[in-house]
Amino acid sequence: MTIMEPNREPRKHGSAGDGMVGGRMSRFEGELKIKGAATYALEYPMENVAHAVLVQSTIAAGRVVSVDISKASAMPGVLLVLTPQDDLGLTMCGDWAGNPSSGEPYYPLPQTVQFNGQSIAAVIAESREQASEAARLVTVTYEETPSVTGLHDPNAGEGKVMPNLVVNWGDAEQALAHAEVTIEATYETPREYHVAMEPHGLMTTWEGDALTIWEPSQWSHGMARMYAEWFGIDYENVRIVSPYIGGGFGSKGQPLAYGAVAAAASKKLGRPVKLAVTRPQNFTSYGGRAATRQTIALGATKDGILQAIRHRGMSETSVYADYAEQTGAATPVLYKVENFSSEHRIVAVNTVTPGALRGPGKNPSAYGIECAMEELAYVLDMDPLALRLKNYADHDYQSGKPWSTRRLREALTEGAAAFGWDKRSHQPRSMRDGNQLVGYGIGCGTFPVIRAPSEAIIRILADGRVEVVSGSIDMGQGTYTILAQTAAEAMGVSIDQVVVQLGDSRLPGSSIAGGSMLAGSITGAVHKAALAARDELVGLALNAPNSPFAGSGANTLSVSGGEISTGSGDGPVVTIAEMMKALGREHLEIRRNTLSDDAQEAAEQRKAWTTMARVMGPTMGDYSMHSWCAHFAEVRVDEEFGTVRVSRMVSAFDCGRLYNPKLVESQWRGGIIMGIGQALLEEGIVDPRNGRTVNNNVGDYLVPTNADIPDLTVISVGVPDLNASALGGKGVGEVGIVGVAPAIANAVYHATGKRVRDLPITLEKLI
Amino acid sequence: MRDFSYLRAASVDAARAGAIQPGAMLLAGGTTLLDLAKCGVATPDTVIDVTHLSGLSAIEVDADGARIGALAKMAAVADDPAIIAAFPAISQSLTLAASQQLRNMATIGGNLMQRTRCPYFRDPGTFSACNKRAPGSGCSAIGGVTRNHAVLGVSDACIATYHGDLAVALVAFDAVVEIGERSVAIDDFFLVPGDTPERETLIEAGEMITGIRVPASAGAGNSVYLKVRDRQSYEFAAASAAVSLELEDDGRTVRDIRVALGGVATKPWRARAVEQALIGKAIDAETVKAASLLAVEGAVSNGGNQYKIALAPRVVARAISDLASKTARTSGGQA
Repeated sequence: MTIMEPNREPRKHGSAGDGMVGGRMSRFEGELKIKGAATYALEYPMENVAHAVLVQSTIAAGRVVSVDISKASAMPGVLLVLTPQDDLGLTMCGDWAGNPSSGEPYYPLPQTVQFNGQSIAAVIAESREQASEAARLVTVTYEETPSVTGLHDPNAGEGKVMPNLVVNWGDAEQALAHAEVTIEATYETPREYHVAMEPHGLMTTWEGDALTIWEPSQWSHGMARMYAEWFGIDYENVRIVSPYIGGGFGSKGQPLAYGAVAAAASKKLGRPVKLAVTRPQNFTSYGGRAATRQTIALGATKDGILQAIRHRGMSETSVYADYAEQTGAATPVLYKVENFSSEHRIVAVNTVTPGALRGPGKNPSAYGIECAMEELAYVLDMDPLALRLKNYADHDYQSGKPWSTRRLREALTEGAAAFGWDKRSHQPRSMRDGNQLVGYGIGCGTFPVIRAPSEAIIRILADGRVEVVSGSIDMGQGTYTILAQTAAEAMGVSIDQVVVQLGDSRLPGSSIAGGSMLAGSITGAVHKAALAARDELVGLALNAPNSPFAGSGANTLSVSGGEISTGSGDGPVVTIAEMMKALGREHLEIRRNTLSDDAQEAAEQRKAWTTMARVMGPTMGDYSMHSWCAHFAEVRVDEEFGTVRVSRMVSAFDCGRLYNPKLVESQWRGGIIMGIGQALLEEGIVDPRNGRTVNNNVGDYLVPTNADIPDLTVISVGVPDLNASALGGKGVGEVGIVGVAPAIANAVYHATGKRVRDLPITLEKLI
Repeated sequence: MRDFSYLRAASVDAARAGAIQPGAMLLAGGTTLLDLAKCGVATPDTVIDVTHLSGLSAIEVDADGARIGALAKMAAVADDPAIIAAFPAISQSLTLAASQQLRNMATIGGNLMQRTRCPYFRDPGTFSACNKRAPGSGCSAIGGVTRNHAVLGVSDACIATYHGDLAVALVAFDAVVEIGERSVAIDDFFLVPGDTPERETLIEAGEMITGIRVPASAGAGNSVYLKVRDRQSYEFAAASAAVSLELEDDGRTVRDIRVALGGVATKPWRARAVEQALIGKAIDAETVKAASLLAVEGAVSNGGNQYKIALAPRVVARAISDLASKTARTSGGQA
């Protein structure tokens, strides 16, 4: 296939191989990335570009009294210094859900300081070096006010209940009071960060009222809309270009304050501006996963039948926006339980507003319930695997709906078999290897099937190639590749003949690459458009007077391997290129979307591509639809040192049909690796005195290295789920991380007899 | 980053002459200097590049010991077969330090001159108080997040940990730092902070490390560098120990032992009390454990680093026990 890049020559990648849906093709853009040839946002060649550097607050709360820019402005090369005094003329944009803008002014460099590391000024200079040195010379005078720096702050309080995150059925209190066996425990997760290899940043330029932005984006259309609303310009006048993204993990789905600053500076200066957010600034320019705390009580019969779950959770948010890291997201769907009560609160602290980070909600939620289930298993003296199977949910007890597909039982049993769970000795501290304690643990995971409409263009070219055109993005998860496979299969051409163009808000609409929804959404649109294009081609071949099939009497034709034939072995065999020539067509273009009939008007289409208005949750229909997994972890603990090493993992997944198993396995493994980091290493460390994230770099914020990752065995136990998506797949991107941390925490308990209930499990917690 | 002048020194003498100027800094592998310049700690006016100077990267090992040129790369020393045979702890300390990419760039002389990873030292824009950066301004770490801070050799002025690995092994081996014509015992080369934490080594303006000499010792070939940390690669030590051990012919009595600690002190920390407690004693688990506790005599915790006081003796004890059992096996003695 070929990748068509913005403003560049097409580049050829990949080979024929098994190019159909379900084939194990390598990522087409992988070779470009390995060779350093993929052009990322900040690498676009641009003449006359000025460089912007942010100045961020060094206090947690207060007010900017004054900003002295005299020294900075006098530095060589400095073109402009923006401070809270500068009105950039921006307006708040409408939200994700599609609610329109309040019309209030928007200040990306605000006077009020609400967290340490908030952008409050920017210096724009001829070179990045000049801008960064001048930025150091900007002197800010603050008036400090009291702050709350995290959930552990004595003044944090209990926050407020989120009414939409209160779930009750049966009578959990009553059932707990009467249960033969109960456990109750509190689990905590710290602030965690995306730390994508590619830091945030953008390049921006104006031509009149038209704004072009090169910025890594998980949602080109949505971000274009928000930029347009900030600047009060037409949506059509904003173009986001984002063909390659060096990891997003949820952080690159919306424009951020620094983007507004860069675009405003570019407008003021009348020249392109590049803004690279430094690595330390990446820790506060957008939110990571919020710190959470949850208390779970389980009640069961003596033989392990779950009677009740009571969950009380909280997560931190900022003082200026409500964001809930939903600790109750997985709690209701994993087990059969007749009595359930869950409540989630948010507590405002002086941090940047937290955001989505791979498996938001489901991840800390599964950590709580999956640790609690193992705690119950040990109190019951029961195998944790048997306890899970015994309480298997036959349907969704929250919605009351049947599962569309749920192969979690197979994930548990086949995962256990592959892992060798039966070799486990039940008692904690009963397994050793030399001076290391060995432990096994299980963690189940889930992620909802989120459905969204998309559109796509299929363009058959005169030379017989087939173009797939979509504004969706590929941040490494494989969009280029699976769309080529989808189009090749539906069109009946070899994968060599497919050209894919993505990552540009001017191209056809698409769902966000988030919530694990993109693959299911965009393959549906491409499949629909490709089938329509094939039908169109076949129709023309049957009916056009110049067609070699004219008068053949055939009433249908087959397209296979790029050749059109009657399919019966007689009659002509014509390549698509020959047919296009016979038809006298330069190209044949088909545009299709998967919107419902009531959303086909232009305004509704726009809204569908640029907001979440048409996104459907897992139970909006006759079924409850989710991806599922079961992780099995083996750890080795050096008890004297407290060090934990994950020595083996087996994970079994039900994600429905896999469009490309090789890429899916890579997504799963990536999630598992992040989960290992979450379990053992990752923690945003905040100085309680001023709210500063002190480990705001990749030397001190620890993510796993290769040395920390053992062989990861991944198994698919799924079956196609045609309720979930057009081609039968369920989301694969996020479910992999969900359940990893509890599997490891449970294995550490099994190894040591010590239950660590706050992540990460660092050595000082075990010695 | 501030503009600076770049000079290529034509000779060691020229480098020294340049380095004596105020605001001048020597550039070797650059792995520390670039980092510190990016975070605003190092603001040189002049950078004097010494990487191309010839004759300073040799690694020579003979019966008297080893001599390592200041410009030898960490990776080259780590992989040197003679170093691996004669001073395994040196090779191990390097292999377990930093990442392969950094080891390929960083020099031995530069390694000795690396600065602390104290996050307060490295964030001058937020934490103006740091006695290392600005003498008399105070210490932001005390009362802050101290998980990785030192428990040994600390003062009211500074609790920043010496995070390097190589120097810990060198201290155990009584290495000598060659600074041109003068030579300094490595234990003297590094300074505890006291009231002057801005002074970290004996290096004076206009001086340059030219090499390191490691004298031969009977136990050197039987040495180990044990580094304990949460992440298995590219993390500084929570605690580490360099130990060399020479046993009597009976295979169990200590003739000589060297013990140094890393990751827990303000400088590479020689634990002589542990050594004295073991010399002449027969090695057994209880003796080693009791002696190892002496490694943290006088330790002071500042909150989050309390665990280091428990951890460091265990690391020392494990290193000694592992060496002892290995020695016993190879010498055919009875452990």
